[in-house]
Amino acid sequence: MLDCTPKEIKTRTGGVINPAKTCQPIGAMYAALGIHKCLPHSHGSQGCCSYHRMHLTRHFRDPIMASTSSFTEGASVFGGGANLKTAIKNVFAIYNPDIMAVHTTCLSETIGDDLPTLIRTAEIPEGKLVIHTNTPSYQGSHITGFSNMTKSMVNYLSEATLESKKEQVNVIPGFVNPGDMREMKRILRTMGIKFILFPDTSGVVDSPMTGEYVMYPRGGTRLADLKDTGNSKVTVALGSYASADAANQLERKCDVPAIVLKTPIGIKATDQLLMALRSQFTVEIPYELEEERGQLVDIMTDTHFHFHGKKVAIFGDPDIVLAMTEFVLSLGMQPIHVLTGTPATGGAIGTMVGNFEDEVQGLLKEAGIAGKVKAGGDLFELHQWIKNEKVDLLIGNTYGKYIARAEDLPFVRLGFPILDRSVHSYLPVVGYKGAMRLIEMISNALLERADRDAKDEDFELVM
Amino acid sequence: MREAALWDMVLKERKNSIITKGKQKNQLKCDTDSVAGCVSQRACVYCGARVVLNPVTDAIHLVHGPIGCASYTWDIRGSLSSGSELYRNSFSTDLKEQDVIFGGEKKLARAIDELVAQYPAKVVFVYSTCIVGVIGDDLEAVCKAAAARHQIEVIPVQSSGFAGNKAAGYRAACDALLRLIQPTQTGISARANTINYLGDFNLAGEVWIIKNYLRQIGVEVNVAFTGDSDYEALKNATAASLNIIQCAGSMIYLAQRMKELYGIPYLNISFLGLEDTAESLRKIASHFGDEEMKRRVEELVARETARVKPTLEWYRRRLQGKKAAIYVGGGFKAISLIKQFREIGIDVVMIGTQTGRKEEYEIINELVDDGTVILDDANPSELEKFMVEKGAHLLVGGVKERPLAYKLGIAFIDHNHDRKHPLSGFVGAVNLAKEVYTTLCSPVWQYV
Repeated sequence: MLDCTPKEIKTRTGGVINPAKTCQPIGAMYAALGIHKCLPHSHGSQGCCSYHRMHLTRHFRDPIMASTSSFTEGASVFGGGANLKTAIKNVFAIYNPDIMAVHTTCLSETIGDDLPTLIRTAEIPEGKLVIHTNTPSYQGSHITGFSNMTKSMVNYLSEATLESKKEQVNVIPGFVNPGDMREMKRILRTMGIKFILFPDTSGVVDSPMTGEYVMYPRGGTRLADLKDTGNSKVTVALGSYASADAANQLERKCDVPAIVLKTPIGIKATDQLLMALRSQFTVEIPYELEEERGQLVDIMTDTHFHFHGKKVAIFGDPDIVLAMTEFVLSLGMQPIHVLTGTPATGGAIGTMVGNFEDEVQGLLKEAGIAGKVKAGGDLFELHQWIKNEKVDLLIGNTYGKYIARAEDLPFVRLGFPILDRSVHSYLPVVGYKGAMRLIEMISNALLERADRDAKDEDFELVM
Repeated sequence: MREAALWDMVLKERKNSIITKGKQKNQLKCDTDSVAGCVSQRACVYCGARVVLNPVTDAIHLVHGPIGCASYTWDIRGSLSSGSELYRNSFSTDLKEQDVIFGGEKKLARAIDELVAQYPAKVVFVYSTCIVGVIGDDLEAVCKAAAARHQIEVIPVQSSGFAGNKAAGYRAACDALLRLIQPTQTGISARANTINYLGDFNLAGEVWIIKNYLRQIGVEVNVAFTGDSDYEALKNATAASLNIIQCAGSMIYLAQRMKELYGIPYLNISFLGLEDTAESLRKIASHFGDEEMKRRVEELVARETARVKPTLEWYRRRLQGKKAAIYVGGGFKAISLIKQFREIGIDVVMIGTQTGRKEEYEIINELVDDGTVILDDANPSELEKFMVEKGAHLLVGGVKERPLAYKLGIAFIDHNHDRKHPLSGFVGAVNLAKEVYTTLCSPVWQYV
């Protein structure tokens, strides 16, 4: 399928071949699922909502609920205001969520629907809430959408109601799996720190099978907690692209200082998270976590010779890719091709902080490695890079499988979406435990390849 | 409690879209727009166009719009190719803010130039998305200029998402196909016993199975629309002397137009299940009025039926009395599935479609037993309610329905893009039975 990808790289200006990103609204939908009893609502054509639900369903293998304004020709000529008002009425009448989280689409953005006014003048039942965020698909990526919806949670819901701040931390996990959010919460609980994690999709898109279908599973950040984020002592934003905007907004709105860290993938980023928490809350790192770290270091030393000097290509979402780059460097690997589809800056609405290319290049430079790094790239280009300089391992989402097949590369699936494997969303890649899991995944991929390719005389029992 | 409250409040508008056979006299409301605020399982115009055209294997399928529309449809169709794999790539103009403000025409032209330079294609389909319809890019003009520049065909697909539902997208795709197959002045002369096979997208290789049956009865498939089709074959489409239509929802319009324009008659057929497969083959033979062909059909039907009957019987004994719920895209599939389930002893207790047409719902209503719930454009809550109420053991549906069924402890089979085994023809009937058995009789349900 990829036999037409040439080695020679020419500048392309006509768009994308085989994207490494998707559009904002799906990120907003995913973030909104992380509020307890929330129904995400897509203000646009039916197809958008249907595609996002389908894509999320394929990744999480769980029902994904969201409603749509079902735009028709009339709506796109006269504006979607009437559709949104009807939708708000119907959603509360039929699906009865506590909160409805509206996001826009390229269509409603281009028409210019004024959502704040529409929501203000809509019939919203007593005690129910409607929030919204702008997610024009022609800016940023799904990560921008996640960031925007999370920021809107702050805009609409966070309140500073107390004189002095509470001894609790807000943690914004970024666009990660529910398995990762569970692991973050476990770490916080183990440290004995009171926390509000938002958005929190654990217990929503990884809800247990009970034989009964519930539209709003037990998970998700509670509304009371979202309000209370304004009273927290500090916010820790994990991943600058997905989480920093909301944290900075919380600082502006409620005077809660923001600390922006990497997504805690790998030993260094996890250390930094724990150190930040320790210094903010003057708690000791409990033995349980020290032990985990010790185990991780033990595993790293046990396996380092498998990894050393191996060349890696990593692609996916910026926060994940940045942290993963740091982690493979700590294993002695050489991430020579690093790419995200998300553009470097999100544009007017998604004013994301962070500079992917500089940050990754900084890590590579520190390690003395020369590599190609790009934000706003596509998989066609990544494939070309690989053709020009071979790698031993490819790390990225499901779409990497075409390149892995074309170039016969071992492939570790990481990030979003993963459409061809299951269980991934239940287990963490963050924290020390997550790092152990990643080492297992990477070394299995490399060693299985070594076994497959070994001549009879080189085929070994002990590796 | 939620259940009761919910049902009390179901909108009046939705009430007409759900009927129980034998209980209501009124006709089912279908083929209408979804209610705003519904968790609809439906898609958009672009989606309809994309699913119909995407299986054209050697075309460049370029999506003109922001990135999402291309991302979500990247290689999800499940249609197989015996030749080019070009259609499995994802091409997008990836429109940005400045393109939306200043227009995307220049970027589109550049995209076509770059892709044509990169890939050996004779046809480019350019899909318009919601935003293109609003910012007013002149797709026709850009495509025309590009076609002249590169001396290949560049065909716009008018599929702005908001301009109707998925069915409108089928129509947009058919219009694009009609432009492609339009014969040149010299014309193409029709060949006897040669047919076009419309509305099969070669999921899991289904077109190949049907082609093989038809070859055995002396009928040559000229081209399938659009499963495993390519430029050359489609160009020659008007050489057929008959069109047969599997998925009427997506292809009836094309068949009608080809009849008007080129005088090619058409037949509705269905190769799902033993009964419909046999009937369809007979229908084709009697259309040609060829006695030898009729004899071959009977021979094939007898042989293939004999081959699969014992296996189906084995499954029937194990599945007898189970109840199925069906929620699929189009009406033709729903109709065939009712009969097919009967063949393996399963009753259909709930049935619905996303885009079924009035005629199809009438047939469905005739086929099903009293008490069966029939619903159009259902939302997940409705599916849940009726599956539970009717005691369904199995749901047939697509991607979004699968986890819903599982959460209820109900078995599931995909009769959509994600199917992994061919479900057409005699062999498909066995595959379906096997899939039903595999999911219904799995030990995992004991742990629910």
